[in-house]
Amino acid sequence: MRDRSFDPTDIAAGVVFIVLGLAFGLSSLGLEIGTALRMGPGYAPLVLAMVLTLLGVLILLSGLRSRRGEPIGRLAWRGMAVILPAPVLFGLTVRGLGFVPAIFLASLLASMASPRMKPWQALALALAVTVFSTLVFSYALGLPFRRFGPWLPI
Amino acid sequence: MDLLSNLALGFSVAASLENLLFCLIGVILGTLIGVLPGIGATATIAMLLPITFQLEPVSSLIMLAGIYYGAQYGGSTTAILINMPGESSSAVTALDGYQMARRGKAGTALAVAALGSFFAGTVATLLVALFAPPLTAVALQFGAAEYFSLMVLGLVCAVALAHGSFLKALAMVVLGLLLGLAGTDIYTGAPRFTLGLPQLADGFNFVALAVGVFGISEILRNLEHGQGDREVLGQNLGGLFPSRADLRRMVAPMIRGTALGSALGILPGGGAVLAAFGSYTIEKRLSKTPEEFGKGAIEGVAGPESANNAGAQTSFIPLLTLGIPANPVMALMVGAMIIQGIVPGPNVATEQPDLFWGIIASMWIGNLMLIVLNLPLIGIWVRLLKVPYHVLFPIIIAFSSIGVYSVKGNVFDLYAVAAFGLLGYVFLKLRCEPAPLLLGFVLGPLLEENLRRAMILGRGDPTVFLTRPISAGLLVLTLAVIAVMLLPQVRRKREEVFVEED
Repeated sequence: MRDRSFDPTDIAAGVVFIVLGLAFGLSSLGLEIGTALRMGPGYAPLVLAMVLTLLGVLILLSGLRSRRGEPIGRLAWRGMAVILPAPVLFGLTVRGLGFVPAIFLASLLASMASPRMKPWQALALALAVTVFSTLVFSYALGLPFRRFGPWLPI
Repeated sequence: MDLLSNLALGFSVAASLENLLFCLIGVILGTLIGVLPGIGATATIAMLLPITFQLEPVSSLIMLAGIYYGAQYGGSTTAILINMPGESSSAVTALDGYQMARRGKAGTALAVAALGSFFAGTVATLLVALFAPPLTAVALQFGAAEYFSLMVLGLVCAVALAHGSFLKALAMVVLGLLLGLAGTDIYTGAPRFTLGLPQLADGFNFVALAVGVFGISEILRNLEHGQGDREVLGQNLGGLFPSRADLRRMVAPMIRGTALGSALGILPGGGAVLAAFGSYTIEKRLSKTPEEFGKGAIEGVAGPESANNAGAQTSFIPLLTLGIPANPVMALMVGAMIIQGIVPGPNVATEQPDLFWGIIASMWIGNLMLIVLNLPLIGIWVRLLKVPYHVLFPIIIAFSSIGVYSVKGNVFDLYAVAAFGLLGYVFLKLRCEPAPLLLGFVLGPLLEENLRRAMILGRGDPTVFLTRPISAGLLVLTLAVIAVMLLPQVRRKREEVFVEED
């Protein structure tokens, strides 16, 4: 890595901050800016967005000049594909199917994250999590969730 | 004696059966979390936050505080037994603690860590009780300008103490501030950054952000590598109680560590971590046998453990007196207080003395519970260390989903968890610390409100921040911190310190 003259993580971070800064900046332009005496809703966001963009540029520049480039490294593709949709799945099903099936589905999906988990283990674990959460959250703590929702025939 | 009567009030609140129970649940959960890999105290508190909303405010804060210092304890156990610090502040403990364990003195190392933490916890609790009221009195004099300057100082300190690049941490704070501003503007009612979604009218959900950025992203990082089995030492713990010679060696480091930790804990942005490193360096300097450090020196466990526990405790001071969080966990406590309908700040001590003193007293009770629980139960914790990672992920996901959903029964927040999880993971990969982002997020609205109010009170004259002495002093301090940070020697040293930890 010694011969590389830039740092990919810094460059990527710089770009991310610049993009976010510009996005926030542009959307605060639609707001009333106001004056220093009576600041409008857009005043602080605009200033902060400009600062963020500037910081992004500085990080980008330091990445371009860096002597010790470090690679970004492995990405957890399988994890992202499974872990991130799990809460979404819970959200999509909790109203319709109800709390119990939703938590079962979400934990079953999440248990696919590791290649080490065998299917029957995943099933058993999801079942255990469901039973435990139903007992604790629904019965003991009395959170107001419908255990089984209208999509089910029961 | 005010202090005594206040403490008596505190203990009468904290020692009620209900609060004792929640304190106990808190410290057990905390230790469990600290021992289990893959998830830190911040993420756990974020997850469990919504559950505590069903409780009384005092009980809920007592339980959250218990999780916090319980996790500090649990973190040192893993540091000693498997050379894997559960919390960043116990990273230093791993240096010598693990070596002690390899030499068959695991039991002693654990006992030293526990005794050091308990001593530090006791002293720091007293300090909180002593210093909180006078600071509260000062804080009551604060106007909008002072608050603004104080928050700027706090954010800059958080950046200074964050790991890695100064610029990146600064950018994360600014991004956090911007995210915190999303939602309806309090003065004009104009929607900001809501992307046209009615669900964002109240801004981003704090719990969703914390769970996503700290919990989900951490799981993703753990999933990157095939997880190897961990070697657990301490099947044979050796004698649990330190010998008299060991005790004599640990007294001075414990006192020095406590002093350092108490001072640094008040600083925003993870003073506990810095205190642990600082204490280790001091002990190594002062030791007659510095070559023993890194090979199982008892001072290298006692000092840093006391320091980080003291720091964890005193970081409650800015929270309780000013309502300003010193680290991400305290930011979560602010969130908890606000949701419970308590406005964090100097008024808490005067308007709700039972809450204020109850929390302080419960800290000591919690520390006592930890030492009573942990030493005899260490065998159970050791067994828990063998729980494989991949079993934990579904459990964490399930609890996070339930936790986030139960805040408002809002499905949209669950989608936000996924989005913030991805965002947090991207930032982890780009080596940007998430802690400054969370602090920025919590302080964003407060900062803006006080800025606008100060400008109106100062008739649009920005010198209002400089003509008021306290405010000016705080800003000078901020500049000093930035200046010190930019000194080349400090920059290099700082990088060294934080690299050592990885």
